[in-house]
Amino acid sequence: MSNLVQLEINGIPVEVPAGTTILDAAKAVHVKIPTLCHHPDLKPWAACGICVVRNSGSPKLLRACCTEVAPGMKITTHDSDIVSVRRTVLELILANHPNDCLQCPRSGICELQKLAADFGIRENPFPAEVPNIPVDTSTPSIVLNPEKCVKCGRCAIVCQEMQNVWALEFIGRGEKTRMAPAADVTLNESPCIKCGQCSAHCPVGAIYERDQTREVWNALRDESKYCVVQIAPAVRVAIGEAFGLPPGTLMTGETYAGLRRLGFKAVFDTNYSADVTIMEEGSEFIKRFTGGGKLPLITSCCPAWTDWMEKYAQDFMDNFSTAKSPQQMLGVLAKTYYAEKMGIDPARIFMVSIMPCTAKKYEISRSENMFASGHQDVDVVLTTRELARMFKSAGIDFSKLEKEEADSILGDYTGAGTIFGVTGGVMEAALRTAYCLITGDAQPPSINFEAVRGMEGVKEATIDIKGTPVKIAVAHQMGNVEQVLDAIREDRKAGRKPRYDFIEVMACRGGCVGGGGQPTGATDEVRKARTAGIYTDDEKCVIRMSHLNPQVQKLYAEYLGAPLSEKAHHLLHNHYHAKKIYAK
Amino acid sequence: MAYKQYILVCGGTACESNRGIALFDALKKAVAENGLVNDVQVVRTGCLGFCEKGPIVKILHQDTFYVEVTPEDAEVIVKEHIIKGRVVSRLLYDKNQSKINVGIEGIDFYQKQFRIVLRNCGVIDPDKIDEYIARDGYKALEKVLFDMKPQDVIDEVSKSGLRGRGGAGFPTGKKWSFAALQPAGQKYMVCNADEGDPGAYMDRSTLEGDPHSVLEAMAIAGYAIGASKGFIYIRAEYPLAIQRLENAIAQAREYGLLGEDILGSGFSFDIEIRLGAGAFVCGEETALLASIEGMRGMPRPRPPFPAVKGLWDRPTVINNVETLANIPVIILKGGLWFSKIGTATSKGTKVFALTGKINNSGLIEVPMGTTLREIIFDIGGGIRGGKAFKAAQTGGPSGGMIPPQFLDTPIDYENLAKIGSIMGSGGLIVMDEDDCIPNIAKFYLDFTVDESCGKCAPCRIGGRKLLNYLDKICDGKGTHEDIENMREISEAMSRASLCGLGQTASNPVQSSLRYFMDEYKEHIDGKKCRAGKCKNLLRYTIDKNKCVGCTACARVCPVNAIAGERKQPHTIDGEKCIKCGQCYEVCKFHAVNRA
Repeated sequence: MSNLVQLEINGIPVEVPAGTTILDAAKAVHVKIPTLCHHPDLKPWAACGICVVRNSGSPKLLRACCTEVAPGMKITTHDSDIVSVRRTVLELILANHPNDCLQCPRSGICELQKLAADFGIRENPFPAEVPNIPVDTSTPSIVLNPEKCVKCGRCAIVCQEMQNVWALEFIGRGEKTRMAPAADVTLNESPCIKCGQCSAHCPVGAIYERDQTREVWNALRDESKYCVVQIAPAVRVAIGEAFGLPPGTLMTGETYAGLRRLGFKAVFDTNYSADVTIMEEGSEFIKRFTGGGKLPLITSCCPAWTDWMEKYAQDFMDNFSTAKSPQQMLGVLAKTYYAEKMGIDPARIFMVSIMPCTAKKYEISRSENMFASGHQDVDVVLTTRELARMFKSAGIDFSKLEKEEADSILGDYTGAGTIFGVTGGVMEAALRTAYCLITGDAQPPSINFEAVRGMEGVKEATIDIKGTPVKIAVAHQMGNVEQVLDAIREDRKAGRKPRYDFIEVMACRGGCVGGGGQPTGATDEVRKARTAGIYTDDEKCVIRMSHLNPQVQKLYAEYLGAPLSEKAHHLLHNHYHAKKIYAK
Repeated sequence: MAYKQYILVCGGTACESNRGIALFDALKKAVAENGLVNDVQVVRTGCLGFCEKGPIVKILHQDTFYVEVTPEDAEVIVKEHIIKGRVVSRLLYDKNQSKINVGIEGIDFYQKQFRIVLRNCGVIDPDKIDEYIARDGYKALEKVLFDMKPQDVIDEVSKSGLRGRGGAGFPTGKKWSFAALQPAGQKYMVCNADEGDPGAYMDRSTLEGDPHSVLEAMAIAGYAIGASKGFIYIRAEYPLAIQRLENAIAQAREYGLLGEDILGSGFSFDIEIRLGAGAFVCGEETALLASIEGMRGMPRPRPPFPAVKGLWDRPTVINNVETLANIPVIILKGGLWFSKIGTATSKGTKVFALTGKINNSGLIEVPMGTTLREIIFDIGGGIRGGKAFKAAQTGGPSGGMIPPQFLDTPIDYENLAKIGSIMGSGGLIVMDEDDCIPNIAKFYLDFTVDESCGKCAPCRIGGRKLLNYLDKICDGKGTHEDIENMREISEAMSRASLCGLGQTASNPVQSSLRYFMDEYKEHIDGKKCRAGKCKNLLRYTIDKNKCVGCTACARVCPVNAIAGERKQPHTIDGEKCIKCGQCYEVCKFHAVNRA
């Protein structure tokens, strides 16, 4: 075949498609070329100079990350000449990096630390020179510590190209280069949507989740507090990674058990409130779709996405579902419905949620609607990464725990609730219920809506609800979203009926499984494994449609009345506000 | 209308900033006051090159070359030379000369020069397209459009052996053919006028003196590669060049030499100017493209090369000003003619901005293969003050220091690379015995550290570390281990950096370690700077036997470190002394010692 290229890597013949980089060709023959700035999600940026290799016949070094293979290349990836250059580059990087690994949030999972270990760096010939730049702690979600930054550029490229947010920029020139918001405003004054993808891609501890484990430890020790916890769908398929398990390993029961060992009095599942969300958002859709309301309806479970909309797409504010996210629904229900049923003073309830997401830390106080119970509905959000650290510091041998069940009455969930964790999941869950509610059928012809699944950036489909076509679009990874909005804007301009009736958006690639608060090192391979874990969970559920969740039915029967009732509106819905892109 | 006489006044930036504008006005006034406006025209030309002796005035018909002319001299030039036909000897380069028609032949500065690129500089008024056309301007474009196919043009340029004058010396014809081979569609022709080396002004002078030659070449290149759009990327700190380019583009459009359907040939090509903010790295072609696109000027990996994927991902050829200025001549005189000039691998001429410790600094153009000795001692008139030559730096901060043993090496791309330097864009700085080598290396590193874009670790961090080591050595605190570390960093920078800036930034260090190790050793082991440039290694003392107690030194000392009675030998308090050297300068009796 003409589009295959033959070459040799360290004397091993290899045949790869044209256009493959030397780095990937080496992987094919199990040669690992060290890298630092490279990330499989991003096109090669070529900043660090660690991945240099040599082609025979020239002393010149090539960057394996961005150099494409050519026929007949004879590449050497490791010899004393190359390793010595790499080592010097690494020593230079280390000389400008604070040597405080012991206190670093990335200790043990730091790509630079690993390189230094692999190279056996024991002492550095070059004098240390660490810039003294203040830490940016302005957002509730992420912390930017420029001292640790290796200027690989990943965060800025992720923020701009993957996420289309443009909060992080390259500031300054030469040795003064650093990653920060333009014009040197703080992150919280910048367009930052707190998605945390920067922190999920940072190779070191320069940008990371705001650690709130101490607040949770303190609450757990405080006897006046009644600590309850909820876990989001995507957490259960990723937390195992922090304990050496393969991505996608379903750890729902172990996570419940671990949380009880930490001292939580009740363990709830956000999947339950995802089912509630479907009742509200699904009903909202049916109302708008059949009653001539504003279309398309756009999902609003993702706080990074709503933040983006409030800054960049205010012309879609009326299209947003007013239904709160499952996290917020569970929070308010815990401090009202659950508190009432259990006879606990809601002021004592301390609600912690475990989320795959850094933006959820921001969501809990984003508007007055987040205090619908009369208290802050959710008190603290921990990311998956923080929970893993808590388990470790509590001496919990996580992977060996016996599975446990969640607590009634906010614990049981359906397959529709669990798929909220993946791109297309909210749409699929809504379609399952909407189909039944519109047609009165017991279930749709196929419970799986394959058209909304998968890693394609924008998925479009027309769903036939007994002769009525429902046109939908599903977008994930913020950089893919604007094209969908632009299509609607085009329709509006032309005075046409919008081309979609219902749009789902998740800010992170792959949906929440690829969230900014998940264990680091996510690539598409990892995201796909986590996604598979979620669908396995769905298939394992006996009930796979939200409206059939008995505890949800009970909630409406005994407390809320019906979806979109006045009480439901008060507790489970919220409003959006236009924001300036730059707060300053 | 032909005039009886022409007075050419250099309008380069150096001469203009040295009261050249007032001189031009004074000459016009003198011509008018003497009733000669119909007979004598005063012309402001581009750079004549002999900047050391500027402002320059040339009386065309007698080829008389007046140097260091002031506005006050205008009257006498008109009255004596123009009206009475008598030479103003005191304004000649050779003041003892009295013949009126002693042209540049009498000036050593011009003897070994050969002008292709600068053919019109100092000859025509750069603001008048007619003057360019009168000197065969746009004839090459006409020839190309009507008598040659695009491939013929590329073949001719390839035959000439012309190589890029911006630094790396890539064959121009080959570059064009890569872009020409790309499928038809939007392609771009870019002129790199982002000259940024300290002390270099070749491209600026070319654009100031002959902007049309570059426009014509860009149109020719556009025709050859199939581009209809050109950009000139020029730094905003070149206002005169920009103004002349803007004027030239407007005139060329008016004459139908740019724009739609040029000369009725069916070929359309237009040019836009893009101003850079003066970042050195934007001279690197991929950073330059990013800057034109409105992005931060940072290099990106190559391949893909710009000829395949350049501006807005379209095939793009980027040539430097000097490269382009050669093109019209190559087309008119033929590639073969051009290829006979120069050396086996480097054809044509090279323009250098000759500066530093030299008698005749200025802009020169010499055939490739001219030796440094010819440039420095014949053209440049030797070292200022008869001091000893120490080194020459070609290629600006990206080049290396060339020691005396290579003075007779013919200069071309390969020879310069062999001795650890580069051709670069043509800065040539001469150093004498008073220059301290580690200090000069520091100067260049200071520049590249400041100008590094910051993207790539070896350059961003390595450059700073090298600079710190040099600082340490110049402070007398260096060690031999530092030298080893500098070698290691230099190697990593030159081999692992992404772009040309980082790959060459350590050249001043590498070359000086290679040729001037003894000076480094003196700084490290002897705590001594033989050139007396490293302040912390200096100690000023007063020779009791020579001091007459005139108090001049004590009066000039800014920190009152010198004490002594009148007519009694003075002493310097080493603790207080800040080593400013003023006492050393002021002492008429050579009683102040510096060691």
